[in-house]
Amino acid sequence: MSDVAQSPAKSEGSATAAAADQKIQPIIRVVDVHKSFGDHEVLRGMNLDVAKGSILVILGGSGMGKSVLMKHMIGLLQPDSGQIIVDGEDISRMGAAALKRVRSKFGMVFQSGALFDSMSNWDNVAFPLREHRKKLKGTALDERVRELFKIFSLDPDQLGPRFPSEISGGQRKRVALARAVALEPQIVLYDEPTTGLDPITTDQVDEMILDAKRHLGVTSIVISHDIASAFKIADHIIFVYEGEIVAEGLKAEMLSSQHAFVREFFATWSHKNL
Amino acid sequence: MVERPSLPDPNPAAPAPLPAQPVTPARRHPLVSGLEGTVAAIGRGPLAFVNESGKLLLFCLNTLWWLPRRPFRWAQLFRHMRDVGFGSLFIVVLTGFFTGLVFGFQTLQGFRRFGAEALVGPATLLTLSRELGPVLTGLMVAGRSGSGMATELGTMKVTEQIDALATLAVEPVQYLVVPRVLAATLMMPLLTAIFTGCGFFGCYLIGVGREGVDPGVFFFETWQAADPDDFYEGWIKAAFFGAQISLISSCQGFQAAGGARGVGEAATRAVVLSSVSILVGTYLLAEMLDPLIHAYIWFDAMPK
Repeated sequence: MSDVAQSPAKSEGSATAAAADQKIQPIIRVVDVHKSFGDHEVLRGMNLDVAKGSILVILGGSGMGKSVLMKHMIGLLQPDSGQIIVDGEDISRMGAAALKRVRSKFGMVFQSGALFDSMSNWDNVAFPLREHRKKLKGTALDERVRELFKIFSLDPDQLGPRFPSEISGGQRKRVALARAVALEPQIVLYDEPTTGLDPITTDQVDEMILDAKRHLGVTSIVISHDIASAFKIADHIIFVYEGEIVAEGLKAEMLSSQHAFVREFFATWSHKNL
Repeated sequence: MVERPSLPDPNPAAPAPLPAQPVTPARRHPLVSGLEGTVAAIGRGPLAFVNESGKLLLFCLNTLWWLPRRPFRWAQLFRHMRDVGFGSLFIVVLTGFFTGLVFGFQTLQGFRRFGAEALVGPATLLTLSRELGPVLTGLMVAGRSGSGMATELGTMKVTEQIDALATLAVEPVQYLVVPRVLAATLMMPLLTAIFTGCGFFGCYLIGVGREGVDPGVFFFETWQAADPDDFYEGWIKAAFFGAQISLISSCQGFQAAGGARGVGEAATRAVVLSSVSILVGTYLLAEMLDPLIHAYIWFDAMPK
């Protein structure tokens, strides 16, 4: 296997663009992963490489296995068969203690935000810092939390003391984003990060993902239904349909896909955006 | 209706697929089908029991694995000690007091037949400290704190907060379950002692206050009959029940799925399973602890 990141199941020409250009080792490899819940097979032999420092966008209809794939990448779910290799380590059969170490490389933004509802917004953002940056205390901790609030256009004095249930859905999403990037992880997983956000904040989130890549070399994996955003930020796009990657590449490859569902998906989007 | 623009057909000459042929299932004798259904129905219950027991056992082992590992969550521990201990205090005091009242009243009716009213104090104290105290306190704590644990953890599970904790490289069992198990294990003996005290006070009010037993005799007989080992047995049982309640309730919370309904079902299962486990456990513990206590007494009586 070459060091060019590519989807092993696909043809050699479908290599991840960023990896192909830069000859970068994949930071995440998904190898022939199968996953079923009861009789329902959600992932059917998924193969995927994610290049280090790239932005991968996962598109697809609802219930097609995108979130399940993402949860495998961070070890929240274990595959029935196949491997998930993160930075050279197979996490698919890893013990809890080792998995905890691997997870410290990740940040994740959940679809629902998944903020801790027993804590204030301030404590939610401060939580990962208190857990993993023991030396960061007092004023330094407060300054860091304040900075994170401001990056996501949140007023720390007004929103910080409130609880997640007392703020809007868009604000919750931004607090979740602030919490996910608090530890400056190498890999950030975003499960629909811009759903429910206004266009200006959506653009800010896109810019933040791009900035994290440009300045810090962060690898981002984004599940999105916002196709304009996907085309703007992606180094590589995969389209998941019924647990398989049915199209991959960039905008041109997506729009010229021969798969019926992909054609329908983009035709509907084109129609709505005319 | 607005016509939707579509991309050109990539393969217009492709032939239409043939319609799928219906597959005729193999015929089976009704007796075979019926027998198969009956065997499956009989097997379903034990299989579910084994499945649930296995999940609970793995959950207990996972909790034991994380129990001695750093960092120790002192703030979480004190929070849950307050929730389990102080939160259940009122219901435990109330239950203990009325249990003591009614137990004292009924015991007096029986003891009066052979003129042993003075023994109502030790009889009540022995019963409360060895059996009724831990069991009824356990049932109260299961109803109040066990359901609370299952609901809180179940809500965290269905709203992905437990997954979020894991993604922040914090082990959910260590952060959420270990402090709850420790808190319940530590607070249950204390609550049982309070229950026993309140029950004994209730018995005193009935025996001395209403039925006219001499207070000096009441306390003298109790002092003569009371044995610290009776209290130890009750407190050991209570600690076991605390661990049982918190482990079962946390396990049910962690398995919750499917939104509000799933959380409700988890809370119900937590209370039912905790209560049943207390009733079964009190007998098993009595059988196990009795020889141990006798061995301790024998060892204690040996010439030094």
